[in-house]
Amino acid sequence: MFTATGDTLSDAINPVIKRSNDDYGCKRAVMLLRRILQSLPVVAGVVLVSFLLTRALPGDPAVYFAGPAASEESIAEITRALGLDKPLPVQFALYVQDLFQGDLGQSLSTGQPVLSDLARRLPASLELTLFALLLSCAIAVPLGIAAATRPGSWRDHLCRIVVTAGVSLPTFFTGIVLIYVFYYLLGWAPSPLGRLDFLYIEPDHVTGFYLIDSILAGDVETFAGTLKQLLLPACTLALFTLAPIARMTRASMLAALSADYVRTARALGHSDRTVIFTYAFRNAMLSVVTTLGMVFSFALGANVLVEKVFAWPGIGSYAVEAQVVSDYAAVQGFVLAMALLFVALNLLIDIIASLIDPRMQLGEDT
Amino acid sequence: MQHGSPDSVSSLPQREIPATTVNTDGKPVAGGASIAVPQSSGMGQLWSIACANPLSLVAFALFFLLIAVAIVGPSLVPYDPLASNASIALQPPSAEHWFGTDNLGRDVFSRVVVATRLDLSISVMAVVLSLVAGSVLGAIAGYAGGWLDALVSRVMDTIMAFPLFVLAMGIVAALGNTIENIIYATAIINIPFYARLIRSEVRIRRNSTFAQAAFISGMSHWRVLLFTLLPNALPPMMVQMSLNLGWAILNAAGLSFIGLGVRPPTPEWGIMVAEGANFIVSGEWWLAVFPGVTLMLAVFTFNLMGDGLRDLVDPRQRQ
Repeated sequence: MFTATGDTLSDAINPVIKRSNDDYGCKRAVMLLRRILQSLPVVAGVVLVSFLLTRALPGDPAVYFAGPAASEESIAEITRALGLDKPLPVQFALYVQDLFQGDLGQSLSTGQPVLSDLARRLPASLELTLFALLLSCAIAVPLGIAAATRPGSWRDHLCRIVVTAGVSLPTFFTGIVLIYVFYYLLGWAPSPLGRLDFLYIEPDHVTGFYLIDSILAGDVETFAGTLKQLLLPACTLALFTLAPIARMTRASMLAALSADYVRTARALGHSDRTVIFTYAFRNAMLSVVTTLGMVFSFALGANVLVEKVFAWPGIGSYAVEAQVVSDYAAVQGFVLAMALLFVALNLLIDIIASLIDPRMQLGEDT
Repeated sequence: MQHGSPDSVSSLPQREIPATTVNTDGKPVAGGASIAVPQSSGMGQLWSIACANPLSLVAFALFFLLIAVAIVGPSLVPYDPLASNASIALQPPSAEHWFGTDNLGRDVFSRVVVATRLDLSISVMAVVLSLVAGSVLGAIAGYAGGWLDALVSRVMDTIMAFPLFVLAMGIVAALGNTIENIIYATAIINIPFYARLIRSEVRIRRNSTFAQAAFISGMSHWRVLLFTLLPNALPPMMVQMSLNLGWAILNAAGLSFIGLGVRPPTPEWGIMVAEGANFIVSGEWWLAVFPGVTLMLAVFTFNLMGDGLRDLVDPRQRQ
C-alpha cells in the first residue's frame, strides 16, 4: 500500500524516472546486440590473418600439403584443389567458403578432417583450462582481498611474493618440478600421462568433460581417478594465472576500500564483513572480471605447454604433435580455433561485466 | 640586465624573431621538451630509490650479472657445451660438474652458461624489433589520427584477438622453423603493446602548446614527432621494455620447449628443460632444474627491474 503510493507519487513528480526504467531492458538488449556485432570485424580480421598464415608458407604450399612423398602430378592436383592457381582474393573467398562449411582441411598425421580432430580433443583442453581457472580464482581472489584489507601485513607480503614469482614462472618448468616432487619424490600423484589412468574406463561421452560425465554415470571411482590425474596439470596452470588475478584483486580492492562510499558505510556502523564484501568487493569485482580476458589469453597459450608436459590429449598437444611432422593444416586450424574461442570468451566476459555493473556501457570502447 | 640569466637570453630571440631566423629548429623545441619530460633522472634519485627498495637494487645487480655472463660466459666455461662423453652420462652435481651431466655426458653448467647469450639475444632482438615497429606505427596513428589511426588500431586489435603464444606458434609454423622466425614471431605479438602505448602518449600531447610551438616555428611534422613528442613517451617505454624482456624470454623458451626454433644440440634453456623432462620421472632432476631455475631467475630479474623502473618513472604507482 505504502510502496504503491510511493510509486505513483514519484511518477507524478518525475515521470522521466519511470519511463527510463521501462526502457532499460530494451536498451540493454540493443547494447548486447551491438557488442556482438562489434566482435564481427575482429572475427573477420582473425580469419584474414589465419588465411595469410596458411599462404605464407615458404615456397609452394601445395608441396607441403601434398606431403613428402608427392609426385609432380599430385602436387599439380593439390594446387588445383586448393585453388592456388587463382589470384589471392579468389583464394580468400574460397577459404572463407570452406570455413563456413566447417572445412579446415585434412590432417596429414591422423588422416582425419582437422575440424573433427579438434572437436574430439577440445573438451580435454577446456576441462583443464576451466578447472585451473576456477582453482586460481579460488586462491587468488581471497588472497588479494586479504592483502588489500591489511596492507603491509604478512598476508600482503605473501601476496606480493606470489604475484612477482608467479609471473616469472615458466609454465613448463613448474609442471616438471611438480611432477618431480609429487610423482617421483612423494608418490602422491599418478603418472603424468594423459587424462585417465588405464585402470579406469572412460565414462560415456555426454559433455566430453570426464569430471561431469563420470558424475552423470554415477561412477565415483572414475571421478576420483580423473580428479587425481587433473590436479597436477591444473595446479601448474593455476600457478601461472594466479599472479594477474591476485594483483588485480588487490589493486581494485585497495581502490574500492579508499572510496567515499566505503567510508560512509563504515560511518553508518556496518560491520567489517558487510563493508568489505557487500560494498567494496562487489565494486572491485568489475575490474577483476575485465582482466580475466588477458588471463585467458595467457592461459590458452600456457595450456599448450602444460598439455605437452603432462601428455594431456587436448588440442594443444595435438598442435604440438602436428607441428613436429609439419602438418600445417592441423596447426593453422588449431590457431584459428583458439582465436575464435578467445574472441568468444572476451565477448562473454564483457557481457558478464555489464551484468555485474549496469553502469558499464556494453559496446563502449573496450 | 641584458646579460641576465642564460634562460632569458635564450628565450629572448625566439620571441622577437620567430619566423625570420635561418635555423628555426632546435632551440624552442629543446626548451619545450625539457619542460614536459618529468625530471626523473639523476644518480642521487636512483640511489635513494634503490635504498628504499632493495629488491630493485638486487634486480639491477642480477641484470648486469646476466649481461656479463652472456658476454664473457662462453669463453670461461670449464667444458665444451657440445662435447659428449658417454662414460660420465647422467652424473648428479659434484665438485667436478657443478650442475651434473646430461644423458650424453655433457656438462650441464657449461651448457646453461653458454645458453645465456642465445636466450638474451633472442629476446633483446625481439623486443627491439617490436619497440621500433610499434613506435613507428603508434606514433603515426596517434599523430595523424583519421583513417590511418583507425587502420593501425584495427590491425593491433586483430593481433590481440589471438592468444599471443598461440599466434607465435602459428607464425613460426607458417614462416618456417628457424631462430630468426622465433624472433619475428615474438616481435610481432609484442608490437600492439608498444603501438598502443606510444599512440596514447602522442595523442595526449599532440595539441599541447609546446608541440604547436615547435610546428609553428617551422619544424616539419616528422621533426615535431621525433624531437618533441617521442622523447616524452620514453619513460613509460623503458618500463614496458623491461617487463617485455622477461615475457619475451619466456615466450622464446616456451617455443623451443615445444620444438620450435632452436635445434637440439644447441644449448638453450627451453630445449634443455624439454630434454631434461624425459629424465625427471626417473629422478635425474638436475637436467631440467638448473636451466629452468636460470630461466626463471632471468625473467624474475627483468620483472623486478621493470617494477623498479616504474617506481622511478611514475612515482604515483609506488606502493
